[in-house]
Amino acid sequence: MEVSKYVGKSTVRIDGKVKISGAAKFVDDLDFGADLLFAAVVESKYAHAIINSIDTSEAEKFPGVVKVVTGKEFPFRFGLYMHDRYIFAQDRVRFVGEQIAAVIARTPDAAKKAAQLVNVSYTELPNVLNVQDALKNDTFLIHPELGNYQHVPWFFPKPETNISHLRKVRKGDTNKAFKEADFVFEDTYTVPRYAHCAIEVHGTIGLFDNSERLTVWTASQSPYTQRHLFAEALAPLGLTHKDVRVITPFVGGGFGGKAGVSMEIIGAALATTVKGRPVKVLWTRAQEFYNTYQRQGLTCRIKVGVNKDGGIIAMDNTLYWDAGAYVEYGANVVNAAGLSASGPYNIPNVKIDSYCVYTNLPPGGPYRGFGYSEFLFGLESHMNEIAKNLNIDPVEFRRKNAIREGDILNYGGKMNPNGLIEAIDKVAEAIEWGKKEYSDDPNKAIGKGIALFWKAPAMPPNASSSAFLKFNEDASLNIMISGMEIGQGLLTVMAQIAADVLSVSPDKIRVETPDTDRNPYEWQTVASHVTWSCGRAVERAAIDAREQIFDLIERALDKDRTSLYLENECVKSRKEPGFSLPLRDFIINGIMKEDGTFRGGPVIGRGMFMPEFSSALSDPETSQGGKPNVHYTVGASAVKIEVDRQTGKMRIPKAVLAIDVGRALNPNLIKGQITGGLLQGIATVLYEDMRFDEKGKLLNASFSDYKIPTALDIPDEIISIIIETPQPDGPSGARGMGEHTMIPAAPMIANAVEDALGIRIKSMPITAEKIALTMVKEKKIDLINI
Amino acid sequence: MMYKEINFILNGENVNLQVSPDEILLEVLREKLGVKSPKCGCNKGDCGTCTVILNGKTVRSCLVLAIEVDNQEIVTLEGLMGNGLTPLQESFLKNNSFQCGFCAPGIILSATELLGRNSKPEKKEIQEAIAGNLCRCSGYSPIIDAIIDLTN
Ligand code: FES
Ligand code: FES
Repeated sequence: MEVSKYVGKSTVRIDGKVKISGAAKFVDDLDFGADLLFAAVVESKYAHAIINSIDTSEAEKFPGVVKVVTGKEFPFRFGLYMHDRYIFAQDRVRFVGEQIAAVIARTPDAAKKAAQLVNVSYTELPNVLNVQDALKNDTFLIHPELGNYQHVPWFFPKPETNISHLRKVRKGDTNKAFKEADFVFEDTYTVPRYAHCAIEVHGTIGLFDNSERLTVWTASQSPYTQRHLFAEALAPLGLTHKDVRVITPFVGGGFGGKAGVSMEIIGAALATTVKGRPVKVLWTRAQEFYNTYQRQGLTCRIKVGVNKDGGIIAMDNTLYWDAGAYVEYGANVVNAAGLSASGPYNIPNVKIDSYCVYTNLPPGGPYRGFGYSEFLFGLESHMNEIAKNLNIDPVEFRRKNAIREGDILNYGGKMNPNGLIEAIDKVAEAIEWGKKEYSDDPNKAIGKGIALFWKAPAMPPNASSSAFLKFNEDASLNIMISGMEIGQGLLTVMAQIAADVLSVSPDKIRVETPDTDRNPYEWQTVASHVTWSCGRAVERAAIDAREQIFDLIERALDKDRTSLYLENECVKSRKEPGFSLPLRDFIINGIMKEDGTFRGGPVIGRGMFMPEFSSALSDPETSQGGKPNVHYTVGASAVKIEVDRQTGKMRIPKAVLAIDVGRALNPNLIKGQITGGLLQGIATVLYEDMRFDEKGKLLNASFSDYKIPTALDIPDEIISIIIETPQPDGPSGARGMGEHTMIPAAPMIANAVEDALGIRIKSMPITAEKIALTMVKEKKIDLINI
Repeated sequence: MMYKEINFILNGENVNLQVSPDEILLEVLREKLGVKSPKCGCNKGDCGTCTVILNGKTVRSCLVLAIEVDNQEIVTLEGLMGNGLTPLQESFLKNNSFQCGFCAPGIILSATELLGRNSKPEKKEIQEAIAGNLCRCSGYSPIIDAIIDLTN
């Protein structure tokens, strides 16, 4: 194969101009004409209650109202991995803000006002607002019918409890190993809930036209999964997959929050009730906080056995996830985290119990990091504590125990090739590890912290991607995929991959956002897997097109096929240096023979990728057996902080992140993921935090009360380090890296705080206030001096 | 509802429109005039996606009543590009500054306003100028770098 000309270059984004010129259309920017209807949702006031009755009569009379829809019309369960929810609550509500009914009206204002006139009578049930309560023996069951729910075969619900899934890992013999260990360290760490805060809210428009086909426009990472769930959930109405079309324009940020199906099902369902007219549901910023997926809370009890020399021989990690009212997607976060909760370490004896626990809080679900950010906070904090207790340098301790290629994973498979050691060494060097630094301000301390990270894509074993590629007359081309551009630069990287195979420059390649009627199948744009998986599909589609070109040249011009190659949009031959036929001369209209007949025709490539080696089947008691994870992406990150001893306020002079991406297809886009992901992670540890009252109501459902970083809150300097240990089955050796950049942020800051001030904070977030209070409590500062 | 006639200049063109006193400028721009670059990220003045330039100064159009712009001048991103992309936009393009792009119209206007009054801003001034525009994707540094890049 020729040296790549486009892959590996920091190509300017092919969707740069459309976004920078304001031409990019997001779902709320689309026009639907004068007959567009608007829906507003009637929401539960209670975290847990029986619905006795719903009186819609007043709302129906309100001027402008077209229809009021309740759950009665859609008594079907749906869900991605577990069918545990309804489109509208049926007889019971399980979180504050849950949709009970919807009012469809001619204006958004009429819909909103009329929704307030729907009268719901409730009988309150006991609230179960945290994991501790949910697991008590005499607790109230949030889903009494759990035993009847349909779910994927790798979930293990415990009927008659609030445990919707328990992932168990048993590797080696932890009991024996703990007895043999020289030291055992045990602690508990907690992580609250977080919000994605994509700047674009969720929105959807459904149209069930008079021919009874359903088209749904959504802000989504998952057009095909949505189509499938809409078709499944609405199958009782006679809809089949071919009748359902999902169109996803540009998305204003996803981060997992727009994966799967959340509020979009409402738009799809409502459309079927007002045939012939489009109906729009647009979330408010507040709804965005309380009625989409939230990142689940976690309490993790971790116990580690080590030998004097610093070798870890055993780990017992119990994870209790506050998964919320419905876990149709969130249970898979619990599952994925459970399989990998030992972190990127080679530990011979591992026991993990990862509990997915129903609570009466909003549904948990995927958020950048998919559970790994959560458990790594505790794990990487704990690793530092162990190193400190053993008097071993934390970097050395990690180096000694870091997982290497071929080491046995928790479920029995082997670790893929990776550059974790190189990452550790490079971040240590960049942060000047070991060099103690002092602030010019005597009130301030400087600390450094490190954290390792790893993450595998969490996906069903048969998650697949496909691609079509069609040439145009001038040899420019369109690639059709259903991988979603959510900001990461997918369209550009797909163009680069095809460009290399076909020798057509990326700026002559158009890749657009999906429409399930036109673009072929993609499972979802989640799990940091599309570069890898969709990339392989595109590569194969490009190879398919190239082979058709060579076939044609051989057949029409009688050239030796094996010596043909593509260069600068021309077919050339190694045997005949003078031969050079531009693609544009034949790519659509074929090649004319001497008798005036033509050979060839439009060249259309097709490619598909499914990881055929993956399997989710394993022993439920141990997780041994299958191959649930296709590969892990690993790395290390370090930070230098300057923190005020009295106020706890912090500045971040420097942050470093090294990640092994297999092959950097576009280094600049990778750097973008690092700067963006790190800041998103840093915010979770410094100030973001969802607060609920004692009735389960979210208290900070706005950007005024749930602060996310502004341009003033960034680290002074971020150093991005790219490591390339090729992934054998990745496109040009690449593997995913988008989520990973957020994962190490919390523990590395916790470790830096410990280094600077000598205090170990075991619950996130680590706000200035918490630091100050801990300093007082641990008598590190004298109150009188404040 | 009482309607009032308002006249204003939008991206260099005269606009004449009937609005009710409670109509919000953002909604009027998007829904009545079809100008879609200002976005609605919060509708409460917190995110800056609805930024427009009113008489040379950026405002959050979700906090402005449409009747307030009677006889005023408004510029949105659409109006900046009389001759194609501006040098600032070119610099954002070259630096791959934006990811999802949802915040881009607002940030481009805030940065344009800054560069209009200070052609060589310090990093801190740039950060302050765009601090009212939330971006969840980029981590801001690629945006700041592009502005610095341009002014050098
Ligand atoms: S929409 Fe105006 S500031 Fe957010
Ligand atoms: S690029 Fe996505 S919000 Fe700024």
